Amino acid sequence: MVELVIFILMGAGTLAGAVTVVLARNPVRSALGLLGALVSLAVIYVVNLAHLVAAVQVVVYAGAVLTLFLFVIMFIGVDRSEDTSETIPFQRKLVAGLATAVALGAATLVSRGRFSWTPASGEVAEIPNGTVQALGGELFTTWVLGVEVTALLLTIAAVGAIALAFHRRSPETPTED
Amino acid sequence: MDWVDLLLVAARVVGVFGLLVVLTIVNIWLERKVVADMQNRVGPARAGPWGILQTLADGLKLFFKEQVTPRKVDLGAYLLAPFLAVVPAFLIFMMVPLGPGLEIAGRQVPLQGADLNIGILFILAMSSMAVYAVVLAGWSSGSKYPLLGGVRATAQAISYEAAMGLAMVAVVMFSATAPGAESGTLSLAEIVERQSGTWSGTVAFLDPVVSLIPRWYVFPQVVAFVIFFLAAVAETNRAPFDLVEAEQELVGGFHTEYSGIRFAMFFLAEYINILSMCAIAATLFFGGWNGPTWEGVVPAWVSAILPVVWLMLKSYVLVVAFFWIRATLPRLRYDQLMTLGWKRLIPASMLWLVISTVVIGFRQFGLPFIG
Repeated sequence: MVELVIFILMGAGTLAGAVTVVLARNPVRSALGLLGALVSLAVIYVVNLAHLVAAVQVVVYAGAVLTLFLFVIMFIGVDRSEDTSETIPFQRKLVAGLATAVALGAATLVSRGRFSWTPASGEVAEIPNGTVQALGGELFTTWVLGVEVTALLLTIAAVGAIALAFHRRSPETPTED
Repeated sequence: MDWVDLLLVAARVVGVFGLLVVLTIVNIWLERKVVADMQNRVGPARAGPWGILQTLADGLKLFFKEQVTPRKVDLGAYLLAPFLAVVPAFLIFMMVPLGPGLEIAGRQVPLQGADLNIGILFILAMSSMAVYAVVLAGWSSGSKYPLLGGVRATAQAISYEAAMGLAMVAVVMFSATAPGAESGTLSLAEIVERQSGTWSGTVAFLDPVVSLIPRWYVFPQVVAFVIFFLAAVAETNRAPFDLVEAEQELVGGFHTEYSGIRFAMFFLAEYINILSMCAIAATLFFGGWNGPTWEGVVPAWVSAILPVVWLMLKSYVLVVAFFWIRATLPRLRYDQLMTLGWKRLIPASMLWLVISTVVIGFRQFGLPFIG
């Protein structure tokens, strides 16, 4: 019962945030909408006993990524008027058509497809040591190669970013401010 | 979960809330007194004995003052920002274990707002949420100085959160070395329990001395503690890292355009954060509520209260250190702040993490590839 109430509230919050991201005229408002969506989603994770995923969601996305977004938005200047001309021909009609197609397809799949909704059983299996230990154990024993490769990838990305930042343009090309 | 459980949870939350509000009132007075003493002044002396009611008077005044709303503000974000500052501040302190569990109505009740198994991650998440308050307050005020304060705050918080997180990782990894522990832990209550007792047993002839030293993580993890403490001062925007609200340059920084109770909320959040950071440092490095309780020697209720007293004593030593630093050091320049964060603290914490890992690994598993 409590779960259902929280799910309805937070689901509405997530949707409202997502809609705000798209519809808000002001980029800061969009970022705030995204923040609302991320935090609401984190609460849904907590209700599903995935505390670690919720914490990571807030730390990484809401805490780091979105703060950087806001930082960049503020630096570029929020008040600068935006170029709102649409570059792709028939952009709106195209999007409307695609969205309708996807929605219809999904509706068909859900109603006619060979799926059945499996309601969660009353008992939720709680991992005795908490999700952190369980997930950590899996990551660093069974999936350690994947973790290491991802770490390598991130290192390469960081090195690449530094290399690009330190790359000096030749004096002829005008630098952007 | 029946109504008794619900009542106990509510009592814990309300209890922590009340404790924080009262302690903040005391802290603001304490800071003014300590700094005044260091500067050969008297400090607040009129309201109540030793001026202890001064904060209460200030708070009442702020309550009844007019709340000026400038014309160019972005109203939604402007009104939201003070709440975004206060809520994470209260939530962070919920994680601090105030003492061992009590037995109430046949139930084991932890003296803690909430004991999460992701406690440390929750603290990091909430302290990154607190940044939004400053950013939004700065931006939505629609004026230059608050915006500059907000931009500075974002950069500072991002820079120092990394160092603080890495320092915490070293402690979490070290907690795996506790006797009988399978893995490190992110739960603060667990970390406190693993710091009970004294060090013993590594080197035989040193044992008489070593077994007198409490098993606090500050001794093996002193570098992590120094990094954590520096980052905590920067995270709470205290002098010498208070570029966010540098009075001489930015009028008042991000909260320039706030007045009345909205300003008071930022002020409240700042002081709660100071206390939280000190309590967390005491919990992670100084054994939290561990300390002698003299059970059987003193009355039972004294033994029950003593852990809370120990935690508060340890926290307040650090709180006074915060005030001391503020009264002593001049403010850093912005580039010095960034240099310290990115070129000193983060590499230092990474290096310490590597050293710490190698030593812990060696002690747990021995040399690799041999034997």
